[in-house]
Amino acid sequence: MMTEPISEKEVTHVAHLARLRLSDDELGIFTRQLGAVLEHAKDVEALQLDGVEPMSHPFPLENVTREDEVGEMLDRDKVLDQAPAAEDGRFQVPQILGDQP
Amino acid sequence: MSNSLKDGWELIVGLEVHVELGTKTKLFCGCVNQFGDEPNTNVCPVCLGLPGSLPVVNEKAVIYAMQLGRALNCSVGRSIFARKNYFYPDMPKDYQITQYDQPTSMDGYLELPSGVRIGIERAHIEEDTGKTVHVGSTGRISGSDYSLVDYNRAGVPLIEIVSYPEIRTIDQAKEYVEELRGILLALKVSDAKMEEGSIRVDANVSVRKVGEDELRTRCEIKNVNSLRSLGRAIEYEANRQIDLYENGESPSQETRHWDESDGRTRPGRSKEDAEDYRYFQEPDLVPLSPNSQMIKMIDEELPIFPSERRVQLAALTEMEITEVALIVERGHDGFASETIHAGATPQTVIKYLTNNLSDGFGELSPTAFASLIQMEEKTELTSTQAKKILGELVEHGGTPQEIAEQSGLKAIDADELENLVDQLIASHPEEWERFCGGEKKVQGFFIGEIMKSTRGQADGKVINQILNERSN
Amino acid sequence: MSPTAPDSFITAQSIAEKVKSGEWSAVEILDKYLSQIEQHESEVHAFNTVLEDEARDAAKETDRRVASGETLGPLAGVPVAVKDNLCTKGIRTTASSRILENWKPPYDATVVQKLYAAGATLIGKTNMDEFAMGSSTENSAFGPTRNPHDLSCVPGGSSGGSAAAVAAGFAPISIGSDTGGSIRQPASLCGVVGVKPTYGGVSRYGLLAFASSLDQIGPFANTVRDAAIVHQVIGGHDPKDSTSISEPFPSFLDDLDHGVEGLKIGIISELMGGIEGISPEVIEKTREAASVLSANGALIEEVSIPASLYCLSAYYLIAPAEASSNLSRYDGVRYGLRVQGETLAEMNINTRTNGFGNEVKRRIMLGTYALSAGYYDAYYGKALKVRRLLAQNFDEVYSQFDVLLSPTSPCTAFKLGERTSDPMTMYVNDVCTIPSNLVGHPAISIPFASGNDGMPIGVQILVPPMQEALMYRVASTLESAKSDE
Ligand SMILES: [Mg+2]
Ligand SMILES: [Zn+2]
Repeated sequence: MMTEPISEKEVTHVAHLARLRLSDDELGIFTRQLGAVLEHAKDVEALQLDGVEPMSHPFPLENVTREDEVGEMLDRDKVLDQAPAAEDGRFQVPQILGDQP
Repeated sequence: MSNSLKDGWELIVGLEVHVELGTKTKLFCGCVNQFGDEPNTNVCPVCLGLPGSLPVVNEKAVIYAMQLGRALNCSVGRSIFARKNYFYPDMPKDYQITQYDQPTSMDGYLELPSGVRIGIERAHIEEDTGKTVHVGSTGRISGSDYSLVDYNRAGVPLIEIVSYPEIRTIDQAKEYVEELRGILLALKVSDAKMEEGSIRVDANVSVRKVGEDELRTRCEIKNVNSLRSLGRAIEYEANRQIDLYENGESPSQETRHWDESDGRTRPGRSKEDAEDYRYFQEPDLVPLSPNSQMIKMIDEELPIFPSERRVQLAALTEMEITEVALIVERGHDGFASETIHAGATPQTVIKYLTNNLSDGFGELSPTAFASLIQMEEKTELTSTQAKKILGELVEHGGTPQEIAEQSGLKAIDADELENLVDQLIASHPEEWERFCGGEKKVQGFFIGEIMKSTRGQADGKVINQILNERSN
Repeated sequence: MSPTAPDSFITAQSIAEKVKSGEWSAVEILDKYLSQIEQHESEVHAFNTVLEDEARDAAKETDRRVASGETLGPLAGVPVAVKDNLCTKGIRTTASSRILENWKPPYDATVVQKLYAAGATLIGKTNMDEFAMGSSTENSAFGPTRNPHDLSCVPGGSSGGSAAAVAAGFAPISIGSDTGGSIRQPASLCGVVGVKPTYGGVSRYGLLAFASSLDQIGPFANTVRDAAIVHQVIGGHDPKDSTSISEPFPSFLDDLDHGVEGLKIGIISELMGGIEGISPEVIEKTREAASVLSANGALIEEVSIPASLYCLSAYYLIAPAEASSNLSRYDGVRYGLRVQGETLAEMNINTRTNGFGNEVKRRIMLGTYALSAGYYDAYYGKALKVRRLLAQNFDEVYSQFDVLLSPTSPCTAFKLGERTSDPMTMYVNDVCTIPSNLVGHPAISIPFASGNDGMPIGVQILVPPMQEALMYRVASTLESAKSDE
């Protein structure tokens, strides 16, 4: 059999990057499914793409800016009302392990 | 310059400086950009990363970024925003909008007072993060029970300026930051306060044997909050690396945090994520593409920068650049040249500005300052009297002539002083003999006595002169 | 009465006219639609939220304003159903996800503001595939929507709730979002008109992002004219969206009756059998549509868009890549669901693992992988190049043709559960609609025929960017030719 386009190890890594947890069963299923999509994506290899400029935006706009003027801000109580947990006017989160990159 | 590394080792430093821009509003929304407000009061859907919100770039931030780029002698061209993806609670979208492979500014340099040029790799626009406080026994991240997040700072415009690893001494590293501050203040794009975090410096430090060409492994030092700690952190880190090499070990490439309290750098907690930031072009923003006319306009409106001002002041005073650098750094060079143009001796002006006027001029005008210097030079005032009057001028203004008259400050003229000295010699023959015999400390006795009898209105230099004439 | 044959079937245009003239009251109109909802919503499940009280208050206010002689907008008193991924201030906005089950935005999407300003009455928030990821509305955390024409079938997706709402007579018009066909495909499957506007033509501010460079908001309606009216209302420049086009678009309504005489219309050969999986019956009906246009004086020819063969591959890398980043913010810190954990990272993981459904997880992981170190060039980078080739193909074709024609969906509505086991078979549903999203061009699906199963078949009309007036004109011709039959 040909090598799989993506391994379980890679899916585990990707799930970690995306802050998702997979059960063993899910790992197998997702690996197969992602593999199928990536396999399909390989048909692009038939195309001659050297020198083709990548296209990130559908519409070629440039220099869209706004003036440095103060706009509407939100009421703190309303914002914190929607928060899962808050304290002292701030959003509360559990203990952080690890520094900011 | 001082370089307290062990013999045979060379220091290699590159600096990454984050500068908060002094715009009225944040980078991508209309929220107020202000330090010190109540937490989470300067927020809106955009800077909170609420679902559905979209960023729009602050025009002023773009102009500031381009001005800074030109001030750092960079080429400023088409730039593209990118997303840097990683999870952290102070980042509302869990990605940072920054610039990646096409930054606003590239390939420039910053010239230090010593004339050394440090290459600038790039300067790009990005958004700041919120602020996290850690609650628990230690107040630090480790050992905290939980943390609280304030997004007032989230989305504040930053410029990140990345130097090449061309800094070779601790003094150069400090000068680089000082010089950059001078440029930021001249441009008026940032208040450039290191203690409030509007300038944040990370140092990439490595060492190598003198004569080596290859760069060795570097460590990135974070959490440096003052120029002094920058120097201490670099010195500590360089020596740590040298010790490792000399023990047959080598440092690993990592981020380390400076701990001001015990003067050490410590490794950050290891990140399993291994820095896979998955950069890609920010689809919610479009490219910035200044045309040549815009760049020309920016260039024409640039102020004169410290490097040029040092050259100008050095030329005017016929002094060395390093001798006038401090005056320029304090922003006192304009006052200096006005005083000189009003007729004062340049070297004296620089001397006074350096030693006696570090806190500013108050009510002192350049013309008054110039006359004061002239009066002292004509020995109409002793240097002590001149300093006293200078203090008055700074506090209340006016002219030195007025103040001298009102407070009876006047150097005793030469004839009268000679008489006084002769009388003193006659009444103290024993001391005079000792003085003539070369016992120099008796000199102090004579000067002190004259000062006493004139209530300090005599010029010590002149007394000395007379004593020497008489003893020959 | 069946869900698809409401006695309240009338156009948005006539509602607005008669409400403004005082002939009808907005409350009466609203009540007709609310009673249709009451009778059939339990079978169809088009809505996540029905706003009965709020809508009635709004309708009363409309009637009051009419009575006091105020001038009202083009959608005065017209009930509108809005997809649940558009922010509505103070009204639950879920994207059909557990992770946002109880989220109430503090602001309105620009499109919602414009609907209110035009006098429309917000009647409810419609069901969808979670975060617009899907083609059947089966990926909703709150249960699937069913096709009003046959309740055992899907309505298509991801805007299946909005399509079904119009098809079932729950509202005369509705709003959806289209990232790879999410308006046009359900429109085709539900037998209604659905439009994906030019990228940048309708503000995305307040639309919960799936794939930012592909997402566009657009209307559903029973008639081409109604769709054009709604499009006119929701379109236009918005300074809050940096990708919004600032040049004004020509009126979408002025040319509606001008016919197709002399227009050069190309049929995209790749979508007429060139690509496998498009049903012969759909191809046949699309040819019939071409014949109708030809009979009305258009010149029809087959054209080739070679890169369309690779669109599916490119799309299923680009869209997940952007989505993986757009959906990072659902981390349990600021709003929405939090599932507790000992540490921040655990909390993030617990929240996302419990809050997202499988399709969303699949696409997040796919996109994360496509962008990750070492794979970017092989996957995401290549996909962006395919996108460029496709744009070049379209440019070439449009240098010789005014309009393009193709099927909208490869097949008629399929049975619930039929395609949920294998993601690839579901993804193939978007093969005809994806090209327009990749290049940012507008396209419309209009109901044209029925299949052997009696289910609706739509055809798709494509035009160059900002040429919606032409698109509506061709669509209108086809629509009236059909009703003349
Ligand atoms: Mg940075
Ligand atoms: Zn804001």
